[in-house]
Order: sequence, then C-alpha cells, then structure tokens
Amino acid sequence: MTQQQTTGGDVRLTGISKAYGSFTAVHPLDLTVPQGSFFALLGASGCGKTTTLRMIAGLEEASTGTVSLGGTDITALPPHKRPVNTVFQSYALFPHLDVTENIAFGLRRRRVTSVRERVAEMLELVQLGDFARRRPHQLSGGQQQRVAVARALINHPQVLLLDEPLGALDLKLRRRMQLELKRIQTEVGITFVHVTHDQEEAMTMADTVAVMNAGRVEQLGSPADLYENPRTTFVANFLGTSNLIEAEIVSAGTDVVVSAGGGTLRLPGSRCPAPTPPGGRLLVGIRPEKISLAPATDAEPAADGRNRVTGRITESSFIGVSTQYVVESPAGKALQVYEQNVEHRRGLAPGSEVVLHWDPAHTFALDATQDMDAGVQSVEDAA
Amino acid sequence: MRLLRSLRRNLVVIAGLLTLACLVLPNLVVTVFSFNRPNGRFNYAWQRFSLDAWKDPCGVADLCGSLSLSLRIAALATLGATVLGTMIAFALVRYRFRARGAVNSLIFLPMAMPEVVMAASLLTLFLNMGAELGFLTVLIAHIMFCLSFVVTAVKARVLSMDPRLEEAARDLYAGPAQTFLRVTLPIAAPGIAAGALLAFALSFDDFIITNFNAGSTVTFPMFVWGSAQRGTPVQINVIGTAMFVIAVAVVLVGQLVAGRRRNNTRK
Repeated sequence: MTQQQTTGGDVRLTGISKAYGSFTAVHPLDLTVPQGSFFALLGASGCGKTTTLRMIAGLEEASTGTVSLGGTDITALPPHKRPVNTVFQSYALFPHLDVTENIAFGLRRRRVTSVRERVAEMLELVQLGDFARRRPHQLSGGQQQRVAVARALINHPQVLLLDEPLGALDLKLRRRMQLELKRIQTEVGITFVHVTHDQEEAMTMADTVAVMNAGRVEQLGSPADLYENPRTTFVANFLGTSNLIEAEIVSAGTDVVVSAGGGTLRLPGSRCPAPTPPGGRLLVGIRPEKISLAPATDAEPAADGRNRVTGRITESSFIGVSTQYVVESPAGKALQVYEQNVEHRRGLAPGSEVVLHWDPAHTFALDATQDMDAGVQSVEDAA
Repeated sequence: MRLLRSLRRNLVVIAGLLTLACLVLPNLVVTVFSFNRPNGRFNYAWQRFSLDAWKDPCGVADLCGSLSLSLRIAALATLGATVLGTMIAFALVRYRFRARGAVNSLIFLPMAMPEVVMAASLLTLFLNMGAELGFLTVLIAHIMFCLSFVVTAVKARVLSMDPRLEEAARDLYAGPAQTFLRVTLPIAAPGIAAGALLAFALSFDDFIITNFNAGSTVTFPMFVWGSAQRGTPVQINVIGTAMFVIAVAVVLVGQLVAGRRRNNTRK
C-alpha cells in the first residue's frame, strides 16, 4: 500500500470561495486538514460543504483562493491530474462495467501494472471477493458503497473525499458502514475528508469536525470540544440539542452569576464569551442529559451549589435507554431533559411540578445577539 | 360460462396474439410467394412450389444493382446521421447555448412534415443550387431526414445519464478523451445503436424523397415500384424474405449475447 507518495501532507484551503452569479455558495474560507486525519465537513444541505469538497476534487472551479496539497498548489489542475479521489453520494459506479473493472478504472487510466493483484487485494479489504464479476445494479446499496470506496482507495490518493457516502443507506447499515469506513481509514492511513449533514455520523467518525452554515465555517474542533463548548447558537443546536436560556449578568469573576426567569444561575467565567460586564446579556446553555429532575414535593431536592430551575412537565416520552421530558418553566418555554432509565421514577408524569438541577460547571454561555433557534432541525430537515 | 371466464382471463394474451398475427401475416405471405412459380409476369396468385427464384436471386436485370446501391446509401446515411445526430443530442442535453430551443424544435420538423412536401422542396433546393441529381443528392436527403430520428433516440438516453459518472471518470484520472471513450460513449451506446438501426431502416426503404431526388439513379424501392408496373418478379419476394430473416436473426443474436452476458456476471 505504499507505492505512492503517502507522505505529502496537509490539504490547505486558502481564501477559497465559490460564487454562482450573485449567489455565494462558499464565502472565502481557510481550512487546513492535517495529513492522515479523518476530517468532517458538517452542515445542513445547501451550506456549501459539498461545493467545498468539489473544489478540492477539482470538479468545481474556485472563484477565489487556492487549494494546496502537501505544499503544492493544485488550484489550476484538472480533476484527472489531482492525486485525490472521491466517493460520490450516488456512488456513480459505471453501470457498464463489472465490480472488478470499476475498481480497476483508475489504475488502468494511469497504466499501472499488476492491476489484478491490487484489485483482488482491494476486494479483500472491502470484503467483496465473491462479487468481482457482478454489475453494480446487481449489488445492494451497502455493497455498491463499498465498491465506490474501493474504486477510490485503490489509487492510494493523498486525500479521499467522501460526499455523503452513507446518505442512501438505511440506519442500521449506516452505523455498520461508519465503523467500517473508520476501520479502513485507520488501516490505510489516508486523509479522509467527509461531507455529511448527519451530526452523529460526523461525531462518530471524524477526528476533527468543521461545522458549516450558509457558506461559512461556524466552528472547528474535535467532536467532544464542539459538543461541550459550542461557540455559536447554530453549533449548540445543530450538534445535539441545547437548552438556551436568556439571562442577564449579575456579577462577573471566576464564577459568573446571571439572573434568568426570576432565579439565579452560576457558570464558570471561562465558559463565557469574552466581555461579561454586569448588566450585559447572555444566552446560557445546558445540554439535556446534564440536567437531573426531582419532584418539587421532595423536601431537599438538590444539593447546594447546583443550578436550580423550577417548572412543570408538559411532555414525557419513553425511548428505552432514556426518557425525554419537556419542561415548561419561567426560564424557558420548552426545556429538554433526558433522564437515564435506571430506576422507575415516581412523580414525573406530565403536569407534575419539578425542580431541574445541574452542576454549574456544565453550563456554557453564548453571545446573546444571535438567533436562539439557529441550527434547530425542523421536521423536513430530519427526514 | 366457463368459456366466457377463460376468455376474460386471457383477453390480454389473445389481443396480443391477434396483433402479432396482424404484423407477421404480411411477411408470411411474402415468404410463401417467394416459393411460387407464377404463370405470367405477376406474382399474385399461388401456382406451384418452386425454388427457382431462391437459386437465382439476381436473375432479374438491375435488381441486385439497385439493392447494393440502396445498401450503400443506407450504410453511409446511417453513419452520417448517427455521428451528426449523436453530437447534436449531446449538445442539446449537456450545453446551454443561444438558439438551443430553436434547434430543439426544428430538429423534429422532418418527422412532422409530409414527406412528399419535403421531397419537393429538397428537389427545388438541389435544382436551384445546380446540383446534379444522383447518389450524392439522395445521400444528403437521407442523412437529413434520418437525423431527427437519431437525435430523438440518443437524446432520450443522454437525458437519463447521470453526469456524475463522467465526473467520477475524471476524478479517476481519465482525461476528457478517455472519459468520452470509456464512460460516455459505452453508456450512450444503446441509444446510439437504436438511432442507427432506425436510420438504416428508414433510409433503406425510403421511396418518396428518393424518387424526387435520385435523377437517373435507381434504388431498391424505386426498382420494386418500377417493376410492379410491368410485373412482379418472384426475386423481389426472395430479397424481402431474406431481409426479414436477417433482421430477425440479428435481433435474436443480440438478445442471446445480452442474456449470456447477464448470466455470466451473475456467477
């Protein structure tokens, strides 16, 4: 697997942008994908992530900026001269060729010898040895997807680009293919740039995730970092679910105290956006699984030093591992709470008065000038 | 009662068989009469069985000459119309250019226009240009009217082609020429083949346009028409039957090859 130059390096996008007429699909953006990493571009459809990927592949001409690969500027190279391969969303397998010839396509174009052995080796890697002579239409979705991966990987590209490669698969298969792709990536050590709208997929697979919105990168970081420390409401809502509460700063310091919905909340100063003068406004965020619920009738529902909010349960839905509650409170109309189903809890039926409490360290804060609902996935998006 | 029920159940099959019979019967008649030995010059009444005509298909003066001329014209017209038509179809589907809409509708004009009108206007055009009527004028006319059929057939195929396939090819180190030869052309091939077959058949048996623009050249349909005034040689039936058998054989072989390929890939 080391015939090609796999030392090469980082993909570096510098000020790259794409405009179609008056519509700007991608605003000038700088991005560095380190060599050997699994990098995900995450965003809703139309956010420019696929366009960015296609500019790396050369299938789309950049309006401004440069693409470089391991220090070499490849902006002007046509796609067939770039050491980069793509796994397309619809797989784009050649219907007139069988699996072997599909996989061998890139090698044959470059007149590489020992095609047979390398195809066999690749079929082994994606576990499709028995299907070598089939046509694409005789394969299942998952098998087609693996052929598409093999067809790209066999060329030992410096970067493998994946454009929503699992979008057409059903949920179970998608989970399996996520692990499979991750395994292949670890095995071959090639840089993967993966475009997806599925935040779970991005978080499971990628080392680094860039969240894109409306042609811009909102935030870039490791999945855990993005989840725990979102810097914009879009990221907070798009990755998982966040409860965002409008609050006013009472006092600043190592601990910031804010008032919200008639009560006070505390959070670490280090998790606030830069200026936190008393009287300023913040959006205080807390993830649903960090919150504990207690019936209001309990004498001492929560230990001291915890953030407390009172409210009333309006909905509860049991989903096996956990129960999801929606709580109406002065702090927020619909606060989400996920409780692990460890033991049967009494007094948590819809309509009951409850106390929500959580560790102040789990609280984050965002600039209050943003749209609180940015990035919330509507029903159509989820489909 | 039972008869009625089975009739109702098999209505589709019966209708299909009747239609098929309607289509095949004329061909059968032609075949049967190719083994006839007529009294006199007209081959319209069955007399008795004979292989004479089959033993000497070129026995009638000028018949084989006109046949080979028709085959040559049909081959060249097919080639010309297929190459031009394929390019036009790709241009219409893949590119946005000025007058694209006009070309798109004008290309159907030869299909819609009465043939005899087109024949007359072509003749006017050729005469005004001072062209000598003959092989070349017939060929040009044939390419012209075959073109629209090829464009229609190829366009349908190109429309259903995923442009991502070509992107995938370019991504996999195929330059523009390689992409066209290795991916675009093979995938468009069924449409192109359908267009070419159609063009060949249309060109081979065209009479009206050819008759107007042929001058003293005589193609096979013109020969048949001409001889029918004076009598119908059995050899015409022989050629007709042979054409029919060859066409059916080509289709059968094509299906067999396709079927075998499908079986092979399944193993």
